[in-house]
Amino acid sequence: MALSGLDIYKLLPKTNCKDCGFATCLAFAMALAQKKVSLEKCPHVSAQARDALESASQPPIKLVTVGVQGAKFEVGNETVMYRHEQKFHHPCAIGFLIDDTLSKEEISKTLENINELRFERVGQVIRPDLVCVKNTSGYRNKFLAAVSTVEAVSKLAIALYGDDEGTMAEALKLCREKRPLIVCGEKASSTAFINLAKEFGVPMAISCASLEETAEITTTAKAAGVDEIVINLSEKRLSKRIQYFTYIRRSALKKNFRPLGYPVMAFTEESDPVLELAEAVTYVTKYAGIIIVKNTDRDFVYPLLVARQDIYQDPQKPVQVEAKVYEIGKVTRQSPVLVTTNFSITYFTVAAEVEASKVPSYIVCCDSEGMSVLTAWAAEKFTAEKIADTLKKSGIEGKVSHRKVTIPGYVSVLSGKLEEVSGWKVSVGPREASGITNYLRSWKD
Amino acid sequence: MSIELIKEKCSAPINMVEIGGGGVGAAVRIGGQSCLPLLFEEGDCPNPPVVALEIADYQPDDWAESVRQAYGEAIKDPVAWAKACVGRFGAKILCVRLQGMHPDYGGRPADEAAEIVKAILAVTKVPLIVLGCGDDEIDNDSMPKVSQALKGHNCLLGTATQSNYKTLTATALADGHSLIAESPIDINIAKQVNILISDMGFDPKRIIMHPTTTSLGYGMEYVYSIMERGRLAAFIGDRMLAMPFVLFVGQEVWKTKEAKESVKTQGINWEIATAVSLVQAGADLLVMRHPDAAKAVERYIGIIMKGAKT
Repeated sequence: MALSGLDIYKLLPKTNCKDCGFATCLAFAMALAQKKVSLEKCPHVSAQARDALESASQPPIKLVTVGVQGAKFEVGNETVMYRHEQKFHHPCAIGFLIDDTLSKEEISKTLENINELRFERVGQVIRPDLVCVKNTSGYRNKFLAAVSTVEAVSKLAIALYGDDEGTMAEALKLCREKRPLIVCGEKASSTAFINLAKEFGVPMAISCASLEETAEITTTAKAAGVDEIVINLSEKRLSKRIQYFTYIRRSALKKNFRPLGYPVMAFTEESDPVLELAEAVTYVTKYAGIIIVKNTDRDFVYPLLVARQDIYQDPQKPVQVEAKVYEIGKVTRQSPVLVTTNFSITYFTVAAEVEASKVPSYIVCCDSEGMSVLTAWAAEKFTAEKIADTLKKSGIEGKVSHRKVTIPGYVSVLSGKLEEVSGWKVSVGPREASGITNYLRSWKD
Repeated sequence: MSIELIKEKCSAPINMVEIGGGGVGAAVRIGGQSCLPLLFEEGDCPNPPVVALEIADYQPDDWAESVRQAYGEAIKDPVAWAKACVGRFGAKILCVRLQGMHPDYGGRPADEAAEIVKAILAVTKVPLIVLGCGDDEIDNDSMPKVSQALKGHNCLLGTATQSNYKTLTATALADGHSLIAESPIDINIAKQVNILISDMGFDPKRIIMHPTTTSLGYGMEYVYSIMERGRLAAFIGDRMLAMPFVLFVGQEVWKTKEAKESVKTQGINWEIATAVSLVQAGADLLVMRHPDAAKAVERYIGIIMKGAKT
């Protein structure tokens, strides 16, 4: 949270000694608030004031980076409680729990499945981010074998989860180049893990029973030079977890309380796939930085990744598709031509209905700056002139032998003008995409 | 280290609305909360979100196969279908969409539609949400007849919009029903519709808002944020936004390619993920289609409500 010039002034010596080059401490404070000068210019500032100013100049929630190029994610650095206030910045990482009690073959097979979990939606590739290997067996050799397999097979970032620091140190030697996240087990010594994080230069997740304990451990870690921290609470009850996540985020954002200014992590408690999905989606909506699930089934992972994509969408920037001609099905020179906007949801909804109708058709997307039909019409981004221009420049004239175009029912008022400026014969389609199937089936060239 | 917990208190709770209970079976209550979802240390949440199953008054061959299969033969007859929802799948409230009144779906006369709804009520004894066919003209003509036939049963009638609310509001007022006020993902219009309806003398505490529903992957986040904004405004005292939310999750999800073309559980999971997201945004009443998805969401609601002050 940024401090004002006056806030900063209160922390300065107020001697007006001019050693900083400014006439007064107040003038220096104003320049500091605008980030025009550095605090180093003041030789007299107290250590206490320096700490306060430094912490105020940092993002309220620490950015934590796990993994390296190619298999890397960043979480934290969030600035708002609600996405409509600005946006959520760093999509939460989604990963899978791998128990070291599984055989090498089972682990390899699971990892290969996980590697295949990539989906393309509205022009973006979405995929999970990490695998979290847990020392469930309690044996060192089992854990190291599992970590080696993950290191060799997985294409995602790695988290190492266990209680014993000796075992963890050995595991880190196997994969430190991948900058894994180390996760303290419930019985782990946080001091020992802080030392490991420092020695290997990796981020760590601390496990705590309460917010008080969390603040104590993060403060200790920070004093030891470890600042890339993720908070994992041992609280099991879902509503309580969300309440804690909310307190943590509010403390960081509204009070700039550094000891809780870190991303949070959640392991799913539920095992039944439908309940685990519901639980994981809850974490996506409410503030989790890293979510570790158990189920790797495609049908489970896909909606979870889409929920994340939705929630982390920038509310100010609608997702757009390229403004051009799209061919749905085996189109011919006689196929119908439908015009709509280039708002991705509008396009994909129309495309899904056209596909379902089994009537091969062309969809011509007008550049409406990513607005939906009614919004674009109201903002004059979807006008008769614009549609006529798109029809002319998109190349659709060369693809069909007829000159009949269908416009969305909501903009039926455009039909007269469009006929006039484009020379195409205009038909008014249904208002909702759900009516497209019936419409297209009765469409005649 | 001592921590100062930042709790946010609300100054005005969401209205509590009761549906059903007009002499037949038990009523269902929604709303009444004074905290955001799951933040039970900051307020009360006397009523958990409620899941309704949606049925149609015609044989819905255009519905996704996965949903139709789940009901089997029962789907051919609305009364048998309703019975299955309640008996086999444990629905506590049903949503009957009178699509059959639309000429494209057979153009059933209003009297017949009313008879079907009455039969459903008699057989199931659960509270009912009754929706028109979506054509303003037909609905304005038919819904009063349907409403009258259900007089005193405290149904939830839908839907009143900014451009078409008068007939339905007058009807609901006359026959003692509650009302769904719909707006196109726009918080200002949502408020406006509530005001228009209240100005006709309709009790604002009997209005439930439909902010428009969008599926996961198809703009779910737009509705999510509109709902959050509405809820926050209500909590600081905007009484014209203090209505509970209803979301037609099933209708939107089962239109999507991901649900319709689902081979195994993708469609069901899509419906669950949409419903759960919207619960997190403040949904009070979820109208769903696949009984397995509805069951999963009910179980989820059971889990999240542990710890709520009622």
